[in-house]
Amino acid sequence: MKILVAVKRVVDANFRVRVKPDGSGVDVDNAKMAMNPFDEIAVEEAIRLKEAGAATEIVVVSIGPAKAEDTLRQALAMGCDRGILVLHEGKTEPLGVAKILAAIAKTEAPDLMILGKQAIDDDANQTGQMLAALLGRGQATFASRLTLADGMATVTREVDGGAQTLDLPLPAVVTADLRLNTPRFVSLPNIIKARAKPLAKTSAAELGVDLAPRLRTLRIEEPPSRPAGIIVASVAELVARLREAAVLP
Amino acid sequence: MTTLLIADGEPAAHALTAALQLGGEVHVLEVASNALAERLADAIAKLEGYDAIVAAATSTGKNLLPRVAALLDVMQISDIIEVVSPDTFKRPIYAGNAIETVQSTDSIRIVTVRASAFAATPLDGVKRIDLGGGNSELSRIVSDEPRPNDRPELGSAGIVVSGGRAFGSKEQFDALLVPLAKKLNAAIGASRAAVDAGYAANDLQVGQTGKIVAPDLYIAAGISGAIQHLAGMRASKIIVAINSDPVAPIFALADYGLVGDIFTLLPELTAAL
Repeated sequence: MKILVAVKRVVDANFRVRVKPDGSGVDVDNAKMAMNPFDEIAVEEAIRLKEAGAATEIVVVSIGPAKAEDTLRQALAMGCDRGILVLHEGKTEPLGVAKILAAIAKTEAPDLMILGKQAIDDDANQTGQMLAALLGRGQATFASRLTLADGMATVTREVDGGAQTLDLPLPAVVTADLRLNTPRFVSLPNIIKARAKPLAKTSAAELGVDLAPRLRTLRIEEPPSRPAGIIVASVAELVARLREAAVLP
Repeated sequence: MTTLLIADGEPAAHALTAALQLGGEVHVLEVASNALAERLADAIAKLEGYDAIVAAATSTGKNLLPRVAALLDVMQISDIIEVVSPDTFKRPIYAGNAIETVQSTDSIRIVTVRASAFAATPLDGVKRIDLGGGNSELSRIVSDEPRPNDRPELGSAGIVVSGGRAFGSKEQFDALLVPLAKKLNAAIGASRAAVDAGYAANDLQVGQTGKIVAPDLYIAAGISGAIQHLAGMRASKIIVAINSDPVAPIFALADYGLVGDIFTLLPELTAAL
C-alpha cells in the first residue's frame, strides 16, 4: 500500500503580501515561505495511515524551484519515506501540476493520492480533481475523515450545508480539508534524519509534460480599498448609523 | 458563442449573471447539490458546441469543474469576481490581498464564479439540457448528512452575524447570536477559531477557504480579524465590528466599530432593534 502526497512551497499563511506598484505581481522576495497548510494536512494523514499499519510507503512530490527541496525535506522529517523534486522555475498552474503528478503516478503506481484541497497563494482548488480526471480515478475532495479497508477508501467530505460520505475503490484521489487532522510539529532529530532520506530530482521535460502556462496574467492590483471607518460610542449610536445607512430590516 | 451553466441551487442565479456577461446564449444543466463528479464530468466533456462552461464556486461546482477542465485539457479560472471580456477575468489571490486579471488562451473557457460578487438573474426561460449523473464504479455515496439549519443560507443572506472565539462556549455563542440573527433575519457565520472550538458547524466558517460572503451588513462579534477571515467577508457592503480589543485588525476594515464586551453589547443591540 503506497501513498503519494504532493506539497507546494508557498508564502507563509501569516505573511501579508504586497502588490508591486507596477502591477506586475506581488512582492514575495522577502516573504517567509512554508509548506502549503492543506498539503501539511495531506502529509500528516498519509503518515497516520502508515503508523496505523494501513500503508507501507509514502512518496512525497513537489514541483518548483530548487528551494522547494526545503518543503520536501520538511515532509520527509514529518515521516514521508522518499521525495521527488520536479525542478521548475516560474509559474505553475494546476493543470500542469496535475499532469506532472499523473506522469509520476503512472510509474510509482500509488494506491492512494492525498493532496491539499487548495494552495493558499493562487487559491485555485483544482489540482486533485484534475489529477483524478487524468488518471480516470475516483475523487473525494474536501475530506474531513478518511478510512481505508478492503481496497476501498471511505471519505467524509465537507460540503455546503453539511457533510457527505463516499466509498471509492482504490486507487483514488483525496484532497484534504482543514479538519482532517492537526499536523505534527517536526522534531530536530527527525529534521536531521530527513537529510539522509532519498530525494530524486527530475524535470517536466524528463516526464514529458509541457508546463507552459495557459493563462496570461495581465495585471495584479490591490483589492479595492474601503473608506475609513469610525468608532461609535454606544449601541444606540451604532443602531442610528445603521438605520441611516438603511441596512436594517 | 454558447455557454453551458452548471446549476446546483440558488448560487447558480448569480453565476448566470456572469455567464450572460460572456455574451451569446446560455444553456443550463441542472445538477443535484450532492452530485458526484466522475460520471457527470465525462458526460459534460463529451458535449459539443460550448465555448464556455460556468458554475458557481459551491462545493459541487468546485468539485466538478476542474475534472471537466482536465478532461478537455483546459486550465480553469477559479472564483472570478468580474468578467472583463469573454476570455479575461478578475479573481482574488493570496486570500484576497491581490486581484489578478487573467486571460485564457484555451479555446474553451472553464470558470467558477464567486456568487457574492454578482447579482442574481432568475433562471426562468433559459434553455435546459439534461444528463445522467450520480454514482459510478469510481465513487458511490454512502450517506448525505445535511446539517439542520433554520437560518437563511450563509452565502446569499442580506445580513450575516458572525462570532469568534470570544464567546467562550457553544451555549454562549447560540444564546447571544441566535436572538440577534432572528431579529435581523440574518445568517449565522463563524471564525475559524469558533469552529475549531466547536461553537459552530464547519460549513459556517467564513474565510479564504470556507464561505465567501458579501452581504449588505456583516456584524463581526468577538472576531479579531485574521487575514484568512477578512478574505471571506471583506467585500461586504457595511461591516460592523464589536470587540473588546481596540487594536484588533477587524477594526481596520470595519465601517463602524464598537469597542467593548460582547456579553453586554450583543444583548443590548438585540434589544435595541
